[in-house]
Amino acid sequence: MEKILEVNDLELSFHTFAGEVKAIRGVNFDLKKGETLAIVGESGSGKSVTTKAIMRLLPESSSEFKNGQILFNGKDLTKLSDKEMQKIRGKDISMIFQDPMTSLNPTMTIGNQIMEPILKHQKVSKTEARKVAVDLLRLVGMPKPEARIKQYPHQFSGGQRQRIVIAIALACNPQILIADEPTTALDVTIQAQILELMKDLQKKIDTSIIFITHDLGVVANVADRVAVMYGGKIVEIGTVDEIFYNPQHPYTWGLLSSMPSLDTAEAKLYAIPGTPPDLLYPPKGDAFALRSDYALKIDLEEAPPFFKVSDTHSAATWLLHPDAPEVEPPLAIVERMKKFPGSRYYEGTEGGTY
Amino acid sequence: MAKYITRRVFYMFITFFLIATATFFLMKALPGSPISSASKLSPTQLAVVEAKYGLDQPIPVQYAKYMLNLAQGDLGNSFQFKNASVTDLIIDRLGPSMLLGTQGLVLGVAIGILLGMIAALRQNTIWDYGSTFVAIIGISIPSFVFATFLQYWLAVEWKIFPVGLWKDGWVSSVLPSIALAMGPLATASRFIRTEMIEVLSSDYITLAKSKGATGFEVAFKHAFRNALIPLVTVLGPLAAGLLTGSLVIEQIFAIPGIGEQFVKSIMSNDFSIIMGTTLFFSAFLIVVIFLVDVLYGIIDPRIRLSGGKD
Ligand SMILES: Nc1ncnc2c1ncn2[C@@H]1O[C@H](COP(=O)(O)OP(=O)(O)O)[C@@H](O)[C@H]1O
Ligand SMILES: [Mg+2]
Repeated sequence: MEKILEVNDLELSFHTFAGEVKAIRGVNFDLKKGETLAIVGESGSGKSVTTKAIMRLLPESSSEFKNGQILFNGKDLTKLSDKEMQKIRGKDISMIFQDPMTSLNPTMTIGNQIMEPILKHQKVSKTEARKVAVDLLRLVGMPKPEARIKQYPHQFSGGQRQRIVIAIALACNPQILIADEPTTALDVTIQAQILELMKDLQKKIDTSIIFITHDLGVVANVADRVAVMYGGKIVEIGTVDEIFYNPQHPYTWGLLSSMPSLDTAEAKLYAIPGTPPDLLYPPKGDAFALRSDYALKIDLEEAPPFFKVSDTHSAATWLLHPDAPEVEPPLAIVERMKKFPGSRYYEGTEGGTY
Repeated sequence: MAKYITRRVFYMFITFFLIATATFFLMKALPGSPISSASKLSPTQLAVVEAKYGLDQPIPVQYAKYMLNLAQGDLGNSFQFKNASVTDLIIDRLGPSMLLGTQGLVLGVAIGILLGMIAALRQNTIWDYGSTFVAIIGISIPSFVFATFLQYWLAVEWKIFPVGLWKDGWVSSVLPSIALAMGPLATASRFIRTEMIEVLSSDYITLAKSKGATGFEVAFKHAFRNALIPLVTVLGPLAAGLLTGSLVIEQIFAIPGIGEQFVKSIMSNDFSIIMGTTLFFSAFLIVVIFLVDVLYGIIDPRIRLSGGKD
């Protein structure tokens, strides 16, 4: 499949009073046409910063690209001027934010807010733009869109507001849609509705999606591929099946073990011990080593490179090094691996790979 | 909306009634009377004059009479200005004061907003520091110091504007208006700066940027209106500050305004003018606060609805 976005060796820091916060410490991934890539990880792992870096929405004064490229259709976004970036934002790449209660302008009608990118990026009259806005509202499941277009954000519920934000993001048929925890701030039933809507739209429109979440339960539902992020780095990336049924990085094991599921409902929920690293003083080796039961000596000294597990799957952990000792993953993970053809615990009869 | 306004107007009358009552009794509680300062009168003459003005009657009766007259727009007669009606006196003096106050407020708030916007958009640059400096000066130096400063340089030394009085038409109002504007200017620029910075870091501004809005559009289409909201709430107090500020400014420029008359009346204990002017000021402020609330609703749609049915 054609790559639409390529992030290569991205490093980014914030300059704060306390010092340099190395928020992104070498991130690599690509996004293919029409696919949905989920980025998962605890809060503070750098998911939002990564996507805001793609949109160039970080404060210019305090953030700095230290290294790497963000290639979009061959153009390096880190090198573009403000003006060039403004032509891309909202038209080619657009974004849905976490908290719909604060992401709409309270003093502007939602109609005007939806029409803004249309009027900006397309040569259409106001009347036409309004028609498009009404259609968009209908598309995201807003009842009576003609009447509601004249209302202000406070006249809508949280779920409705997120629908409006989605309508804004879709206004110009973007090639990439970035959704930064679009359901986290909503209550559970509304969460399900918005997810349903996103899946629905995924089928209707031909857009690549980067879906950020800290909730692995959501991932299986929406994503084609998953990137697991920790301490400003991607530690494992693969297809949904590979990440769920053949995970390799101890952090991914921890994340999967702490995911509530129906059959573990009675057991005590697992929580990864410790706290994420302080990115003011990032650790030398594997950032997860200090919290990991599987850390090797080298993990404390040298950051692991990516080891290829399959063509689509790689993980940054020394455990995959040929010289590494064989370790037994947690029981729940072994159980998962038993179902995956190609994993070392596979119990099925199909061929080794699939 | 109509229901909301009716309710507000009703409360405005209640407020005014309470202020009138309080002012009346406060005045009565003060030692001295307009007549007592004229020590040449003999006790009998004093009694005659007191009777003439109704000052010999019990205070509740005086109060009732005063309030009845007030209801008809009659504020009584002045003691010092040959028995002229206080209402007429105030109306005569209203023009210059209103012009100064309005010009001062509009000028101050407009320039203050401009400075605040520049400071917020050019944060931590020489523009920001310059605007902060102006604001500190505006807040810490009283308006009468500016007044004398402006008067000395622009009028006495360079002779660009008249030194004082109200004889040269509009140009007479320029210096006093500028002096009055300094306070609102400082307040407005601080409010707008703080609020703009706050608003510019809010989620909906990030969303506006993510749509491809330019820096200008972000600042003026999205942020500005939201940053105005807290400023609107202090417009009432600002207007009140101008009233008291103009008392002094009118003295300095010898402008025959309501403030100048007020100060003179306090000197001579002219009870009815003090009462009348105080009540006029109160009424003015009550109306300003009401207008500010209406303005608030126009700027902020969230307020518009909570006021009642539209
Ligand atoms: N504007 C900023 N200035 C300084 N540090 C920041 C800024 N934005 C984010 N960070 C830091 O970058 C790290 C990653 O944050 P973020 O990407 O928001 O995490 P998440 O994965 O929860 O989205 C955090 O340690 C955070 O403190
Ligand atoms: Mg985040």
